[in-house]
Amino acid sequence: MANAAHAQDSNSYYVPHDSTWPITGSVALFTLMLGAISYLNDWAGGWSFIPGAILMAFMFFGWFGTVIGESQRGVYNVQVDHSFRMGMMWFIFSEVMFFAAFFGALFYARTLSVPWLSGQGVKVFTNLVLWPQYEATWPTNGPAHVGGRADSSFDVIPAFSLPAINTAILLTSGLTITVAHHALRAGKRGTLTVFLALTFILGFTFVGLQAKEYGEAYRELGLRLSTGIYGSTFFMLTGFHGLHVTIGAIMLLVIWLRVLRGHFTPDRHFAFEAVAWYWHFVDVVWLGLFIFVYWL
Amino acid sequence: MAEHSVAAAHDHDHKPHGWRRWVYATNHKDIGTMYLVFACLMFFIGGAMAMVIRAELFKPGMQLVDPQLFNSMTTMHALIMIFGAVMPAWTGLANWMIPMQVGAPEMALPRLINFSFWILPFAFTLLLATLFVPGGAPAGGWTMYPPLVLQNGASFPMLIFAVHMMGASSILGAINVVVTILNMRAPGMTLLRMPLFVWTWLITAYLLIAVMPVLAGAVTMLLTDHFFGTTFFTAAGGGDPVMFQHIFWFFGHPEVYILILPAFGIVSEIIPTFSRKPLFGYEAMVYATASIAFLSFIVWAHHMFVVGMPLAAQLFFMLSTMLIAIPTGVKVFNWTATMWKGSLSFEPPMLFALAFLFLFTIGGFSGLMLAIVPADYQYQDTYFVVAHFHYVLVPGAIFGIMAGVYYWLPKWVGNMYHMGLAKWHFWLSAIFVNVLFFPQHFLGLAGMPRRIPDYAVQFTDWNMVSSIGGFGFGLSQLLFPILIYMCVKSGKPVKVNKAWEGAHGLEWELPSPAPYHSWQTPPSDAIIAKGAFH
Repeated sequence: MANAAHAQDSNSYYVPHDSTWPITGSVALFTLMLGAISYLNDWAGGWSFIPGAILMAFMFFGWFGTVIGESQRGVYNVQVDHSFRMGMMWFIFSEVMFFAAFFGALFYARTLSVPWLSGQGVKVFTNLVLWPQYEATWPTNGPAHVGGRADSSFDVIPAFSLPAINTAILLTSGLTITVAHHALRAGKRGTLTVFLALTFILGFTFVGLQAKEYGEAYRELGLRLSTGIYGSTFFMLTGFHGLHVTIGAIMLLVIWLRVLRGHFTPDRHFAFEAVAWYWHFVDVVWLGLFIFVYWL
Repeated sequence: MAEHSVAAAHDHDHKPHGWRRWVYATNHKDIGTMYLVFACLMFFIGGAMAMVIRAELFKPGMQLVDPQLFNSMTTMHALIMIFGAVMPAWTGLANWMIPMQVGAPEMALPRLINFSFWILPFAFTLLLATLFVPGGAPAGGWTMYPPLVLQNGASFPMLIFAVHMMGASSILGAINVVVTILNMRAPGMTLLRMPLFVWTWLITAYLLIAVMPVLAGAVTMLLTDHFFGTTFFTAAGGGDPVMFQHIFWFFGHPEVYILILPAFGIVSEIIPTFSRKPLFGYEAMVYATASIAFLSFIVWAHHMFVVGMPLAAQLFFMLSTMLIAIPTGVKVFNWTATMWKGSLSFEPPMLFALAFLFLFTIGGFSGLMLAIVPADYQYQDTYFVVAHFHYVLVPGAIFGIMAGVYYWLPKWVGNMYHMGLAKWHFWLSAIFVNVLFFPQHFLGLAGMPRRIPDYAVQFTDWNMVSSIGGFGFGLSQLLFPILIYMCVKSGKPVKVNKAWEGAHGLEWELPSPAPYHSWQTPPSDAIIAKGAFH
């Protein structure tokens, strides 16, 4: 009944048909959570993540595949396109707030809890009674010197080494995806293909370098997840960011494959723009990380 | 598949049949119904836990449950009522009503809303399963403060992941609401023509998207502190357990407005209908709601005055909290002014809305008392706090939901419910809720601490009164599902569009029961203008 011409008619609404994918997603999420719980409670080994992970991958392939297929058949009208755009923007806003919680923890630790532990401000007694010798510094692994090397020491990664290179990589990738977007709008498919490929290659390079940095931190610097509040905030912030870069790079790869198949027109390319917004979002988060975690 | 993806204009109530209709649903009414049924189920499960609490507290000494289970009951009761009953009930009402009220056929992202619903049964399976694992259900309070929460046994990761799933569900549901309101309004339905239920839900959805991820971050830090050696909330490593409380309440305070703002919207629809007058101060209501939402982000630390904060911070949070009384006062006075010289009638939705107006205001006043720092030093963790938040949540949020259901039920099923029975439900609820919670103010002011299964003998009398009120309130709620069942099965058909003669708004321009896809073509500007508040 629906066809492209009809769907573009602004006087009618588009209502999608029933779908098996949402319930698949719920079951997949539940399975993944059960796996994680079983692992953490020592009820099962690491394999317990596998069923949930497979189901999640199946759901993502299936759901996105269905939506891409419908989009290619011209089922969606302009209103649906707007809904998708707004949905993506608000989703990114929720992601920003997720990172805000961890940035909040970082700022709280640096400006309040660490100075208080050293006896500044109103909370003098923790210092007097428990750790009278502790002085506030940053970075720190706390008054009890939690984690780190055998002697509880640890070193941090200097900002102007690998992190600076990673900053350059991500900023460049922000540039390349913008070039790709302009090429898409101008109908230059060759430029689009090349610059989009450059973008996800830069993205995966970033992830690779970040993994190398983690390896060095763990082996040589004594900087681990368990290295006090510095290790906690460092690895949770950069770790969640790295996870988002990985997801973003996979998304870039997917839209690149779609470009190779001839998807997207100069006027209609919601998926491309959604991925581009997401990519700029991980870029901006990284700038925050570079400044507040590595540099200052 | 394209042949099924019909443009709604060509679709006449084509419904899938059997279980597939519900599990694969993309219809806003079917999904709304599932949300409401789920919320009702959780309301009774959470209510049963409250009965256990009140039975144990009927007299001093230990009689029914051991202290661990008692604390599990208070913790689970809160989590289930907040995340399982009230929030899904609001989302269910939003799914049912927002497309009808803004002139749309469906929600903007129908598959997403299906996903967000079907996460919930799994999340609560996980949460309820904690009752049966080694170490028992979470017992450290719904606020999950470390280090106490970290002492939970096998239930700990189940709690964390259940909260993650509820959060994901809320965020997706809220995104859908925002997008529907901003993108699916009929041409001519300008923002300041929207019904207040839509307005309050728009602001609620914004709050949800802003703060649920913060809760996710907070519980993730708990998880890594417990299992992966981070020290966010351990002073030895440079962290601070109080930091959790700050992050949690940055979520938690907007959360309490998430629970109440849609009730403001519903009451703002019902009072004009049964006063046969337009709402007094429509725009002021919108701005007041937005102000409350803004203020909700800068008051969080009033939940933790006794934890130790710099004096300046305590003063700031005290004063900002008191500011909330101003927009809330605007609302209460506007509702009152709406009734002034109106032609009032007292059908069940109006009764619940009026009880809301009086009893929520009591809860608001006790909130003001709690905002005063030196006074709060006395009230903190007493039954006064319990009385306060139950006054805003039960005759506030729950009565708001009941009012909404009694208001729109005839539109949903096309039948009128048994008016007499509904009034019985109202009067029993309204009387018992006060018998239940009002004495808790006295208990709290006299010093009875919350979350303790035993108490000193001088608290016995009021605890007995409170428990009798609790049992009465719990039993009288059984009328509610019976009444709805009777309405669906054998209610008298409502043959007109307007089930209530004074009702305004687009939903009353649709037939009763409303068609499967609400507005298959956008309503005309004239119809929209007729239904608008002003």
